[in-house]
Amino acid sequence: MTATGTFAPKPGAAPLPRMIRAQAALETRMLLRNGEQLLLTVVIPTLLLTLFSSVDIVDTGKGRSVDFLAPGILALAVMSTAFTGQAIATGFERRYGVLKRLGTSPLPRWALMTAKTCSVLVTEVLQIVLLTAIAFALGWSPHGNPLAVLLLLVLGTAAFSGLGLLMAGTLKAEATLAAANLVFLLLLVGGGVIVPLEKFGAAQEVLRLLPVSALSGGLRDVLRDGAGMPWADLGILAGWAVLGLGAAGRLFRWE
Amino acid sequence: MRSASSEPAVEVRGLVKRYGTKTAVDGLDLTVAAGGLTAVLGPNGAGKTTTIEMCEGYRRPDAGTVRVLGLDPVADAAALRPRVGVMLQSGGIYAGARADEMLRHMASLHAHPLDVDALAERLGLGSCGRTPYRRLSGGQQQRLSLAMAVVGRPELVFLDEPTAGLDPQARHATWDLVRDLCADGVTVVLTTHHMEEAEALARDVAIVDGGRVVAQGSPEELCRGGAENTLRFNGRPGLDLAGLLKALPAESAAVELTPGSYRVSGEVGPQLLATVTTWCAQHGVMPDRITVERHTLEDVFMELTGKELRK
Repeated sequence: MTATGTFAPKPGAAPLPRMIRAQAALETRMLLRNGEQLLLTVVIPTLLLTLFSSVDIVDTGKGRSVDFLAPGILALAVMSTAFTGQAIATGFERRYGVLKRLGTSPLPRWALMTAKTCSVLVTEVLQIVLLTAIAFALGWSPHGNPLAVLLLLVLGTAAFSGLGLLMAGTLKAEATLAAANLVFLLLLVGGGVIVPLEKFGAAQEVLRLLPVSALSGGLRDVLRDGAGMPWADLGILAGWAVLGLGAAGRLFRWE
Repeated sequence: MRSASSEPAVEVRGLVKRYGTKTAVDGLDLTVAAGGLTAVLGPNGAGKTTTIEMCEGYRRPDAGTVRVLGLDPVADAAALRPRVGVMLQSGGIYAGARADEMLRHMASLHAHPLDVDALAERLGLGSCGRTPYRRLSGGQQQRLSLAMAVVGRPELVFLDEPTAGLDPQARHATWDLVRDLCADGVTVVLTTHHMEEAEALARDVAIVDGGRVVAQGSPEELCRGGAENTLRFNGRPGLDLAGLLKALPAESAAVELTPGSYRVSGEVGPQLLATVTTWCAQHGVMPDRITVERHTLEDVFMELTGKELRK
Protein backbone atom coordinates (compact mmCIF):
# COMPACT_ATOMS: atom_id res chain seq x y z
CA MET A 1 0.00 0.00 0.00
CA THR A 2 2.50 2.62 -1.13
CA ALA A 3 1.26 3.52 -4.59
CA THR A 4 0.16 7.12 -4.85
CA GLY A 5 -3.55 7.54 -4.88
CA THR A 6 -4.20 4.71 -2.42
CA PHE A 7 -5.71 7.11 0.09
CA ALA A 8 -7.39 9.36 -2.47
CA PRO A 9 -10.67 10.35 -0.79
CA LYS A 10 -13.69 8.34 -1.82
CA PRO A 11 -16.03 8.70 1.13
CA GLY A 12 -19.45 7.19 1.50
CA ALA A 13 -21.60 5.35 3.99
CA ALA A 14 -22.45 1.71 3.39
CA PRO A 15 -26.16 0.97 2.82
CA LEU A 16 -28.08 1.09 6.12
CA PRO A 17 -29.16 -2.58 6.19
CA ARG A 18 -25.54 -3.64 5.70
CA MET A 19 -24.35 -1.37 8.51
CA ILE A 20 -27.02 -2.61 10.92
CA ARG A 21 -26.32 -6.24 10.05
CA ALA A 22 -22.58 -5.78 10.53
CA GLN A 23 -23.07 -3.98 13.86
CA ALA A 24 -25.55 -6.58 15.16
CA ALA A 25 -23.22 -9.41 14.16
CA LEU A 26 -20.28 -7.73 15.92
CA GLU A 27 -22.29 -7.10 19.10
CA THR A 28 -23.52 -10.70 19.14
CA ARG A 29 -19.98 -12.04 18.72
CA MET A 30 -18.76 -9.79 21.56
CA LEU A 31 -21.51 -11.16 23.80
CA LEU A 32 -20.98 -14.82 22.95
CA ARG A 33 -17.22 -14.45 23.40
CA ASN A 34 -17.54 -12.94 26.87
CA GLY A 35 -17.29 -15.54 29.64
CA GLU A 36 -19.16 -13.56 32.31
CA GLN A 37 -21.98 -12.84 29.87
CA LEU A 38 -22.28 -16.53 29.01
CA LEU A 39 -22.41 -17.37 32.70
CA LEU A 40 -25.42 -15.09 33.09
CA THR A 41 -27.24 -15.90 29.89
CA VAL A 42 -26.54 -19.61 29.44
CA VAL A 43 -24.92 -21.34 32.40
CA ILE A 44 -27.10 -20.00 35.23
CA PRO A 45 -30.48 -20.54 33.50
CA THR A 46 -29.41 -24.03 32.34
CA LEU A 47 -28.18 -25.03 35.81
CA LEU A 48 -31.28 -23.71 37.57
CA LEU A 49 -33.62 -25.45 35.15
CA THR A 50 -31.81 -28.77 35.36
CA LEU A 51 -31.16 -28.71 39.09
CA PHE A 52 -34.59 -27.63 40.34
CA SER A 53 -36.43 -29.84 37.85
CA SER A 54 -34.58 -32.97 38.93
CA VAL A 55 -34.14 -32.32 42.66
CA ASP A 56 -37.15 -31.35 44.75
CA ILE A 57 -35.63 -28.39 46.63
CA VAL A 58 -38.25 -25.72 46.09
CA ASP A 59 -41.93 -26.48 46.54
CA THR A 60 -43.35 -25.50 43.14
CA GLY A 61 -46.90 -26.44 43.95
CA LYS A 62 -48.93 -29.19 42.41
CA GLY A 63 -47.89 -30.69 39.08
CA ARG A 64 -44.44 -31.40 37.75
CA SER A 65 -41.76 -28.97 38.69
CA VAL A 66 -40.43 -28.60 35.12
CA ASP A 67 -43.83 -27.27 34.01
CA PHE A 68 -43.52 -24.58 36.69
CA LEU A 69 -39.83 -23.91 36.12
CA ALA A 70 -39.50 -23.80 32.31
CA PRO A 71 -41.62 -20.62 31.87
CA GLY A 72 -39.80 -18.95 34.77
CA ILE A 73 -36.40 -19.82 33.33
CA LEU A 74 -37.42 -18.47 29.92
CA ALA A 75 -38.31 -15.18 31.66
CA LEU A 76 -34.94 -15.29 33.42
CA ALA A 77 -33.18 -15.83 30.07
CA VAL A 78 -34.87 -12.75 28.60
CA MET A 79 -33.94 -10.71 31.67
CA SER A 80 -30.30 -11.92 31.64
CA THR A 81 -29.77 -10.84 28.04
CA ALA A 82 -31.99 -7.79 27.57
CA PHE A 83 -31.39 -6.30 31.02
CA THR A 84 -28.27 -7.55 32.80
CA GLY A 85 -26.09 -8.39 29.83
CA GLN A 86 -27.06 -5.37 27.79
CA ALA A 87 -26.66 -3.00 30.73
CA ILE A 88 -23.17 -4.25 31.58
CA ALA A 89 -21.94 -4.40 27.97
CA THR A 90 -23.34 -0.97 27.08
CA GLY A 91 -22.04 0.55 30.32
CA PHE A 92 -18.51 -0.51 29.48
CA GLU A 93 -18.88 0.51 25.83
CA ARG A 94 -19.80 3.95 27.09
CA ARG A 95 -16.91 3.98 29.56
CA TYR A 96 -14.33 2.91 26.96
CA GLY A 97 -15.49 5.42 24.35
CA VAL A 98 -16.91 2.78 22.00
CA LEU A 99 -20.24 4.60 21.81
CA LYS A 100 -18.40 7.88 21.25
CA ARG A 101 -16.26 6.40 18.46
CA LEU A 102 -19.23 4.76 16.76
CA GLY A 103 -21.02 8.10 17.05
CA THR A 104 -18.50 9.57 14.60
CA SER A 105 -18.79 6.64 12.18
CA PRO A 106 -21.38 6.58 9.38
CA LEU A 107 -23.66 4.44 11.59
CA PRO A 108 -26.51 6.64 12.92
CA ARG A 109 -27.33 6.37 16.62
CA TRP A 110 -30.78 4.94 16.00
CA ALA A 111 -29.17 2.29 13.78
CA LEU A 112 -26.73 1.42 16.56
CA MET A 113 -29.64 0.94 18.97
CA THR A 114 -31.47 -1.13 16.34
CA ALA A 115 -28.40 -3.31 15.97
CA LYS A 116 -28.20 -3.75 19.74
CA THR A 117 -31.82 -4.86 19.79
CA CYS A 118 -31.21 -7.32 16.95
CA SER A 119 -28.22 -8.71 18.84
CA VAL A 120 -30.35 -9.16 21.98
CA LEU A 121 -33.08 -10.92 19.97
CA VAL A 122 -30.60 -13.27 18.27
CA THR A 123 -29.11 -14.18 21.65
CA GLU A 124 -32.57 -14.78 23.09
CA VAL A 125 -33.48 -17.10 20.23
CA LEU A 126 -30.32 -19.12 20.91
CA GLN A 127 -31.13 -19.23 24.65
CA ILE A 128 -34.75 -20.23 24.08
CA VAL A 129 -33.77 -23.01 21.66
CA LEU A 130 -31.27 -24.41 24.17
CA LEU A 131 -33.51 -24.10 27.24
CA THR A 132 -36.57 -25.46 25.45
CA ALA A 133 -34.58 -28.50 24.31
CA ILE A 134 -33.38 -29.11 27.89
CA ALA A 135 -36.92 -28.66 29.27
CA PHE A 136 -38.31 -31.15 26.75
CA ALA A 137 -35.60 -33.62 27.77
CA LEU A 138 -36.78 -33.15 31.36
CA GLY A 139 -40.34 -34.01 30.36
CA TRP A 140 -41.85 -30.56 29.82
CA SER A 141 -45.24 -30.49 28.12
CA PRO A 142 -46.20 -26.88 27.21
CA HIS A 143 -49.65 -25.73 26.16
CA GLY A 144 -51.16 -22.50 25.00
CA ASN A 145 -51.13 -19.95 22.23
CA PRO A 146 -47.68 -19.37 20.65
CA LEU A 147 -48.71 -15.83 19.71
CA ALA A 148 -49.31 -14.97 23.36
CA VAL A 149 -45.86 -16.38 24.20
CA LEU A 150 -44.24 -14.34 21.45
CA LEU A 151 -46.00 -11.15 22.58
CA LEU A 152 -44.86 -11.69 26.16
CA LEU A 153 -41.27 -12.29 25.07
CA VAL A 154 -41.21 -9.20 22.83
CA LEU A 155 -42.76 -6.88 25.41
CA GLY A 156 -40.53 -8.37 28.12
CA THR A 157 -37.48 -7.69 25.95
CA ALA A 158 -38.60 -4.10 25.37
CA ALA A 159 -39.19 -3.55 29.10
CA PHE A 160 -35.84 -5.03 30.17
CA SER A 161 -33.91 -3.29 27.36
CA GLY A 162 -35.29 0.08 28.42
CA LEU A 163 -34.30 -0.49 32.05
CA GLY A 164 -30.89 -1.89 31.10
CA LEU A 165 -30.07 1.02 28.80
CA LEU A 166 -31.33 3.51 31.38
CA MET A 167 -28.87 2.06 33.88
CA ALA A 168 -26.00 1.85 31.38
CA GLY A 169 -26.54 5.38 30.12
CA THR A 170 -26.72 7.11 33.48
CA LEU A 171 -24.51 5.22 35.97
CA LYS A 172 -20.77 4.59 35.96
CA ALA A 173 -19.73 1.32 34.34
CA GLU A 174 -18.67 -0.23 37.67
CA ALA A 175 -21.92 0.83 39.33
CA THR A 176 -23.88 -0.64 36.44
CA LEU A 177 -21.94 -3.89 36.75
CA ALA A 178 -22.72 -4.17 40.45
CA ALA A 179 -26.31 -2.96 40.27
CA ALA A 180 -27.25 -5.06 37.24
CA ASN A 181 -25.98 -8.22 38.93
CA LEU A 182 -27.71 -7.38 42.20
CA VAL A 183 -31.02 -6.69 40.47
CA PHE A 184 -30.62 -9.93 38.53
CA LEU A 185 -30.18 -11.85 41.79
CA LEU A 186 -33.07 -10.13 43.59
CA LEU A 187 -35.47 -10.59 40.69
CA LEU A 188 -34.36 -14.20 40.30
CA VAL A 189 -35.49 -14.85 43.86
CA GLY A 190 -38.42 -12.47 44.18
CA GLY A 191 -39.81 -12.47 40.64
CA GLY A 192 -41.59 -15.81 40.47
CA VAL A 193 -38.80 -17.37 38.44
CA ILE A 194 -38.01 -20.41 40.61
CA VAL A 195 -39.92 -19.57 43.79
CA PRO A 196 -43.73 -19.22 43.50
CA LEU A 197 -44.87 -15.69 44.40
CA GLU A 198 -47.43 -17.19 46.82
CA LYS A 199 -44.54 -17.90 49.21
CA PHE A 200 -44.08 -14.18 49.81
CA GLY A 201 -47.38 -13.58 51.59
CA ALA A 202 -48.74 -10.06 51.41
CA ALA A 203 -45.67 -8.82 49.49
CA GLN A 204 -46.72 -10.84 46.46
CA GLU A 205 -49.21 -8.16 45.36
CA VAL A 206 -46.33 -5.70 44.94
CA LEU A 207 -43.89 -8.28 43.54
CA ARG A 208 -46.48 -9.17 40.92
CA LEU A 209 -45.91 -5.72 39.33
CA LEU A 210 -42.21 -6.39 38.67
CA PRO A 211 -41.41 -6.93 34.99
CA VAL A 212 -39.88 -10.35 35.60
CA SER A 213 -42.95 -11.44 37.61
CA ALA A 214 -45.28 -10.30 34.84
CA LEU A 215 -43.18 -12.13 32.26
CA SER A 216 -42.76 -15.36 34.24
CA GLY A 217 -46.38 -15.28 35.45
CA GLY A 218 -47.74 -14.61 31.98
CA LEU A 219 -45.61 -17.32 30.39
CA ARG A 220 -46.65 -19.77 33.12
CA ASP A 221 -50.36 -19.01 32.71
CA VAL A 222 -50.08 -19.69 28.98
CA LEU A 223 -47.55 -22.51 28.80
CA ARG A 224 -48.55 -24.48 31.91
CA ASP A 225 -52.24 -23.69 32.27
CA GLY A 226 -53.13 -23.01 28.62
CA ALA A 227 -54.65 -19.62 29.47
CA GLY A 228 -55.69 -17.15 26.73
CA MET A 229 -54.10 -13.73 26.21
CA PRO A 230 -52.57 -12.67 29.58
CA TRP A 231 -53.66 -9.06 29.20
CA ALA A 232 -52.80 -7.96 32.73
CA ASP A 233 -49.20 -9.18 32.45
CA LEU A 234 -48.85 -7.74 28.93
CA GLY A 235 -50.13 -4.44 30.32
CA ILE A 236 -47.54 -4.42 33.13
CA LEU A 237 -44.72 -5.20 30.66
CA ALA A 238 -45.93 -2.50 28.26
CA GLY A 239 -45.96 -0.01 31.14
CA TRP A 240 -42.36 -0.87 32.10
CA ALA A 241 -41.33 -0.69 28.44
CA VAL A 242 -42.80 2.81 28.02
CA LEU A 243 -41.27 4.01 31.30
CA GLY A 244 -37.84 2.42 30.73
CA LEU A 245 -37.39 3.26 27.07
CA GLY A 246 -38.80 6.74 27.60
CA ALA A 247 -36.45 7.50 30.50
CA ALA A 248 -33.48 5.95 28.65
CA GLY A 249 -34.25 8.06 25.59
CA ARG A 250 -34.24 11.24 27.67
CA LEU A 251 -31.44 10.52 30.13
CA PHE A 252 -28.97 8.32 28.24
CA ARG A 253 -25.53 9.95 28.10
CA TRP A 254 -23.23 8.73 25.36
CA GLU A 255 -20.02 9.44 27.23
CA MET B 1 -6.18 17.27 -4.85
CA ARG B 2 -8.04 20.39 -3.78
CA SER B 3 -6.09 23.56 -4.03
CA ALA B 4 -5.41 25.61 -0.95
CA SER B 5 -7.41 28.45 -2.43
CA SER B 6 -10.71 26.53 -2.30
CA GLU B 7 -13.09 26.65 0.65
CA PRO B 8 -11.39 25.90 3.99
CA ALA B 9 -11.78 22.36 5.32
CA VAL B 10 -12.43 23.66 8.82
CA GLU B 11 -13.45 27.14 9.87
CA VAL B 12 -13.88 27.94 13.56
CA ARG B 13 -14.93 31.40 14.77
CA GLY B 14 -15.20 32.62 18.35
CA LEU B 15 -15.56 29.11 19.73
CA VAL B 16 -16.37 28.84 23.45
CA LYS B 17 -16.85 25.72 25.56
CA ARG B 18 -17.26 25.69 29.32
CA TYR B 19 -17.36 22.77 31.71
CA GLY B 20 -19.02 24.08 34.85
CA THR B 21 -17.00 27.12 35.87
CA LYS B 22 -13.95 26.12 33.84
CA THR B 23 -13.61 27.59 30.35
CA ALA B 24 -11.89 24.97 28.20
CA VAL B 25 -12.13 26.87 24.92
CA ASP B 26 -12.22 30.64 25.11
CA GLY B 27 -13.03 32.39 21.86
CA LEU B 28 -10.93 30.23 19.59
CA ASP B 29 -10.49 31.05 15.88
CA LEU B 30 -8.95 28.52 13.51
CA THR B 31 -8.93 28.10 9.75
CA VAL B 32 -7.69 24.87 8.21
CA ALA B 33 -7.04 25.05 4.48
CA ALA B 34 -8.08 22.06 2.39
CA GLY B 35 -5.24 19.65 1.64
CA GLY B 36 -2.11 19.29 3.72
CA LEU B 37 -1.63 18.93 7.42
CA THR B 38 -2.44 21.37 10.17
CA ALA B 39 -0.99 20.68 13.60
CA VAL B 40 -2.81 22.00 16.64
CA LEU B 41 0.01 22.31 19.10
CA GLY B 42 -0.33 23.03 22.78
CA PRO B 43 0.27 21.78 26.30
CA ASN B 44 -2.15 19.45 28.06
CA GLY B 45 -5.32 21.25 29.03
CA ALA B 46 -4.93 23.91 26.33
CA GLY B 47 -8.32 23.03 24.81
CA LYS B 48 -7.07 21.01 21.82
CA THR B 49 -9.21 17.94 22.32
CA THR B 50 -12.34 19.92 23.20
CA THR B 51 -11.92 21.95 20.01
CA ILE B 52 -11.44 18.84 17.88
CA GLU B 53 -14.45 17.18 19.48
CA MET B 54 -16.62 20.16 18.58
CA CYS B 55 -15.35 19.87 15.00
CA GLU B 56 -16.33 16.20 15.07
CA GLY B 57 -19.84 17.18 16.11
CA TYR B 58 -19.41 15.37 19.37
CA ARG B 59 -19.83 18.42 21.58
CA ARG B 60 -21.98 21.47 21.08
CA PRO B 61 -20.25 24.84 21.41
CA ASP B 62 -21.53 27.27 24.06
CA ALA B 63 -20.81 30.07 21.62
CA GLY B 64 -19.21 30.57 18.22
CA THR B 65 -19.48 28.72 14.95
CA VAL B 66 -17.85 25.65 13.45
CA ARG B 67 -17.98 24.72 9.77
CA VAL B 68 -16.42 21.47 8.62
CA LEU B 69 -16.27 20.88 4.85
CA GLY B 70 -18.77 23.73 4.67
CA LEU B 71 -21.26 21.97 6.95
CA ASP B 72 -22.41 22.25 10.56
CA PRO B 73 -20.93 19.28 12.48
CA VAL B 74 -24.03 18.88 14.67
CA ALA B 75 -26.91 19.73 12.32
CA ASP B 76 -25.34 18.04 9.28
CA ALA B 77 -23.78 15.14 11.17
CA ALA B 78 -25.33 12.46 8.97
CA ALA B 79 -23.88 13.98 5.80
CA LEU B 80 -20.53 14.69 7.40
CA ARG B 81 -19.78 11.44 9.25
CA PRO B 82 -18.87 9.33 6.20
CA ARG B 83 -16.55 12.09 4.92
CA VAL B 84 -14.58 12.58 8.14
CA GLY B 85 -12.23 10.09 9.80
CA VAL B 86 -11.69 10.28 13.55
CA MET B 87 -8.99 8.93 15.82
CA LEU B 88 -9.79 9.47 19.48
CA GLN B 89 -7.03 10.12 21.97
CA SER B 90 -7.68 6.72 23.51
CA GLY B 91 -10.19 3.90 23.57
CA GLY B 92 -13.18 3.68 21.28
CA ILE B 93 -12.84 -0.05 20.66
CA TYR B 94 -14.58 -3.07 22.24
CA ALA B 95 -12.19 -4.64 24.74
CA GLY B 96 -12.90 -8.12 23.38
CA ALA B 97 -12.79 -7.27 19.66
CA ARG B 98 -9.88 -8.61 17.64
CA ALA B 99 -7.78 -6.09 15.75
CA ASP B 100 -8.66 -7.36 12.26
CA GLU B 101 -12.31 -7.82 13.25
CA MET B 102 -12.60 -4.21 14.35
CA LEU B 103 -10.84 -2.83 11.27
CA ARG B 104 -13.00 -4.97 9.00
CA HIS B 105 -16.09 -3.81 10.85
CA MET B 106 -15.20 -0.15 10.39
CA ALA B 107 -14.55 -0.86 6.69
CA SER B 108 -17.99 -2.46 6.39
CA LEU B 109 -19.64 0.77 7.52
CA HIS B 110 -18.22 2.56 4.45
CA ALA B 111 -19.08 2.34 0.78
CA HIS B 112 -15.54 2.30 -0.69
CA PRO B 113 -13.13 1.23 2.06
CA LEU B 114 -9.41 0.65 1.67
CA ASP B 115 -8.00 -2.86 1.40
CA VAL B 116 -8.04 -3.92 5.06
CA ASP B 117 -5.18 -6.43 4.86
CA ALA B 118 -2.86 -4.04 3.05
CA LEU B 119 -3.64 -1.26 5.52
CA ALA B 120 -3.03 -3.54 8.52
CA GLU B 121 0.23 -4.73 7.00
CA ARG B 122 1.31 -1.17 6.32
CA LEU B 123 0.77 -0.23 9.96
CA GLY B 124 2.46 -3.31 11.33
CA LEU B 125 -0.80 -4.84 12.53
CA GLY B 126 -0.57 -7.92 10.33
CA SER B 127 0.85 -10.16 13.03
CA CYS B 128 -1.62 -9.19 15.79
CA GLY B 129 -4.85 -9.44 13.78
CA ARG B 130 -6.27 -12.18 16.01
CA THR B 131 -5.35 -10.46 19.26
CA PRO B 132 -8.18 -8.90 21.31
CA TYR B 133 -7.92 -5.13 21.70
CA ARG B 134 -7.33 -5.27 25.46
CA ARG B 135 -4.23 -7.43 24.93
CA LEU B 136 -2.64 -5.26 22.22
CA SER B 137 0.30 -3.11 23.25
CA GLY B 138 -0.34 0.61 23.62
CA GLY B 139 1.36 1.25 20.30
CA GLN B 140 -0.69 -1.39 18.51
CA GLN B 141 -3.88 0.08 19.97
CA GLN B 142 -2.90 3.52 18.66
CA ARG B 143 -2.14 2.18 15.19
CA LEU B 144 -5.40 0.24 15.04
CA SER B 145 -7.24 3.39 15.98
CA LEU B 146 -5.40 5.28 13.22
CA ALA B 147 -6.22 2.56 10.69
CA MET B 148 -9.91 2.78 11.67
CA ALA B 149 -9.83 6.55 11.09
CA VAL B 150 -8.59 6.24 7.50
CA VAL B 151 -10.10 2.95 6.29
CA GLY B 152 -13.27 4.65 4.99
CA ARG B 153 -11.28 6.89 2.61
CA PRO B 154 -12.30 10.18 4.21
CA GLU B 155 -11.64 13.67 2.85
CA LEU B 156 -10.66 14.97 6.25
CA VAL B 157 -9.20 13.19 9.27
CA PHE B 158 -8.91 14.38 12.86
CA LEU B 159 -6.08 12.67 14.72
CA ASP B 160 -5.98 13.39 18.43
CA GLU B 161 -2.41 12.80 19.58
CA PRO B 162 -1.81 9.93 17.16
CA THR B 163 1.74 9.15 18.29
CA ALA B 164 1.34 9.50 22.07
CA GLY B 165 3.14 6.56 23.66
CA LEU B 166 4.62 5.19 20.43
CA ASP B 167 8.22 4.04 20.15
CA PRO B 168 10.31 5.90 17.53
CA GLN B 169 9.87 3.21 14.89
CA ALA B 170 6.09 3.13 15.20
CA ARG B 171 6.04 6.93 15.28
CA HIS B 172 7.86 7.09 11.96
CA ALA B 173 5.50 4.51 10.44
CA THR B 174 2.62 6.73 11.53
CA TRP B 175 4.30 9.85 10.14
CA ASP B 176 4.89 8.12 6.79
CA LEU B 177 1.23 7.16 6.60
CA VAL B 178 0.15 10.68 7.48
CA ARG B 179 2.43 12.10 4.76
CA ASP B 180 0.93 9.70 2.22
CA LEU B 181 -2.56 10.75 3.24
CA CYS B 182 -1.63 14.37 2.58
CA ALA B 183 0.05 13.48 -0.71
CA ASP B 184 -3.16 11.80 -1.85
CA GLY B 185 -5.21 14.89 -1.08
CA VAL B 186 -6.58 14.11 2.38
CA THR B 187 -6.75 17.05 4.77
CA VAL B 188 -5.26 16.11 8.14
CA VAL B 189 -5.82 17.94 11.42
CA LEU B 190 -3.58 16.59 14.14
CA THR B 191 -3.25 17.60 17.76
CA THR B 192 0.06 17.08 19.46
CA HIS B 193 2.18 18.31 22.28
CA HIS B 194 5.29 17.01 20.53
CA MET B 195 7.22 19.85 18.98
CA GLU B 196 9.14 17.67 16.56
CA GLU B 197 5.93 16.11 15.28
CA ALA B 198 4.58 19.50 14.28
CA GLU B 199 7.91 20.46 12.70
CA ALA B 200 8.21 17.16 10.82
CA LEU B 201 4.71 17.04 9.37
CA ALA B 202 2.87 20.31 9.41
CA ARG B 203 2.41 22.75 6.62
CA ASP B 204 0.54 24.85 9.08
CA VAL B 205 0.82 25.04 12.88
CA ALA B 206 -1.73 26.55 15.24
CA ILE B 207 -0.37 27.12 18.73
CA VAL B 208 -3.12 26.82 21.31
CA ASP B 209 -2.92 27.97 24.89
CA GLY B 210 -5.60 28.79 27.42
CA GLY B 211 -8.37 27.88 24.98
CA ARG B 212 -7.22 30.24 22.21
CA VAL B 213 -5.00 30.11 19.14
CA VAL B 214 -2.09 32.36 20.12
CA ALA B 215 -0.24 32.02 16.79
CA GLN B 216 -0.74 30.30 13.46
CA GLY B 217 1.45 29.88 10.40
CA SER B 218 3.97 27.59 8.74
CA PRO B 219 6.77 26.43 11.05
CA GLU B 220 9.15 28.76 9.15
CA GLU B 221 6.84 31.75 9.51
CA LEU B 222 6.37 31.11 13.20
CA CYS B 223 10.11 30.84 13.78
CA ARG B 224 10.79 33.98 11.77
CA GLY B 225 8.10 35.82 13.65
CA GLY B 226 9.67 35.06 16.99
CA ALA B 227 12.94 36.35 18.40
CA GLU B 228 15.69 37.19 15.91
CA ASN B 229 18.18 34.52 15.09
CA THR B 230 21.80 35.07 16.00
CA LEU B 231 25.27 34.28 14.73
CA ARG B 232 28.22 34.28 17.10
CA PHE B 233 31.93 34.11 16.38
CA ASN B 234 35.22 34.88 18.03
CA GLY B 235 38.02 36.92 16.41
CA ARG B 236 40.68 39.37 17.38
CA PRO B 237 39.36 42.14 19.65
CA GLY B 238 38.35 45.55 18.31
CA LEU B 239 37.09 44.71 14.83
CA ASP B 240 35.52 47.55 12.83
CA LEU B 241 31.87 46.51 13.23
CA ALA B 242 30.60 49.65 11.50
CA GLY B 243 32.29 48.39 8.35
CA LEU B 244 30.74 44.96 8.80
CA LEU B 245 27.29 46.42 9.28
CA LYS B 246 27.54 48.24 5.93
CA ALA B 247 27.92 44.86 4.24
CA LEU B 248 24.96 43.36 6.11
CA PRO B 249 21.21 43.77 5.42
CA ALA B 250 19.65 46.90 6.89
CA GLU B 251 17.88 45.40 9.94
CA SER B 252 20.93 43.50 11.20
CA ALA B 253 22.91 44.36 14.31
CA ALA B 254 26.44 43.50 15.39
CA VAL B 255 28.03 43.92 18.81
CA GLU B 256 31.27 42.95 20.54
CA LEU B 257 29.96 41.32 23.68
CA THR B 258 33.33 40.85 25.37
CA PRO B 259 36.69 41.61 23.76
CA GLY B 260 37.00 39.25 20.78
CA SER B 261 33.49 37.77 21.11
CA TYR B 262 30.97 39.01 18.53
CA ARG B 263 27.25 38.59 18.00
CA VAL B 264 25.40 39.34 14.78
CA SER B 265 21.62 39.28 14.91
CA GLY B 266 18.96 39.59 12.24
CA GLU B 267 17.71 37.30 9.55
CA VAL B 268 20.50 34.80 9.76
CA GLY B 269 20.58 32.77 6.56
CA PRO B 270 23.24 31.36 4.25
CA GLN B 271 23.69 34.77 2.60
CA LEU B 272 24.37 36.53 5.87
CA LEU B 273 26.80 33.82 6.94
CA ALA B 274 28.66 34.16 3.62
CA THR B 275 28.74 37.95 4.00
CA VAL B 276 30.26 37.71 7.48
CA THR B 277 32.91 35.15 6.50
CA THR B 278 33.78 37.09 3.32
CA TRP B 279 34.15 40.28 5.35
CA CYS B 280 36.38 38.42 7.81
CA ALA B 281 38.53 37.07 4.95
CA GLN B 282 38.90 40.58 3.49
CA HIS B 283 40.09 41.85 6.87
CA GLY B 284 42.43 38.98 7.61
CA VAL B 285 40.32 37.73 10.51
CA MET B 286 40.01 34.05 11.27
CA PRO B 287 36.45 33.70 12.67
CA ASP B 288 36.66 31.14 15.42
CA ARG B 289 33.82 29.03 16.89
CA ILE B 290 31.14 30.24 14.52
CA THR B 291 27.69 29.21 15.75
CA VAL B 292 24.29 29.93 14.29
CA GLU B 293 21.39 29.79 16.70
CA ARG B 294 18.18 29.09 14.88
CA HIS B 295 15.02 29.71 16.83
CA THR B 296 12.92 26.61 17.02
CA LEU B 297 9.18 26.26 17.31
CA GLU B 298 9.84 25.52 20.93
CA ASP B 299 11.47 28.93 21.50
CA VAL B 300 8.49 30.54 19.83
CA PHE B 301 6.15 28.52 21.94
CA MET B 302 7.96 29.45 25.13
CA GLU B 303 7.84 33.13 24.22
CA LEU B 304 4.13 32.97 23.48
CA THR B 305 2.94 30.89 26.39
CA GLY B 306 5.74 30.75 28.93
CA LYS B 307 5.10 27.01 29.14
CA GLU B 308 7.19 24.03 28.29
CA LEU B 309 6.15 21.34 25.88
CA ARG B 310 7.13 17.74 26.07
CA LYS B 311 9.98 16.82 23.77
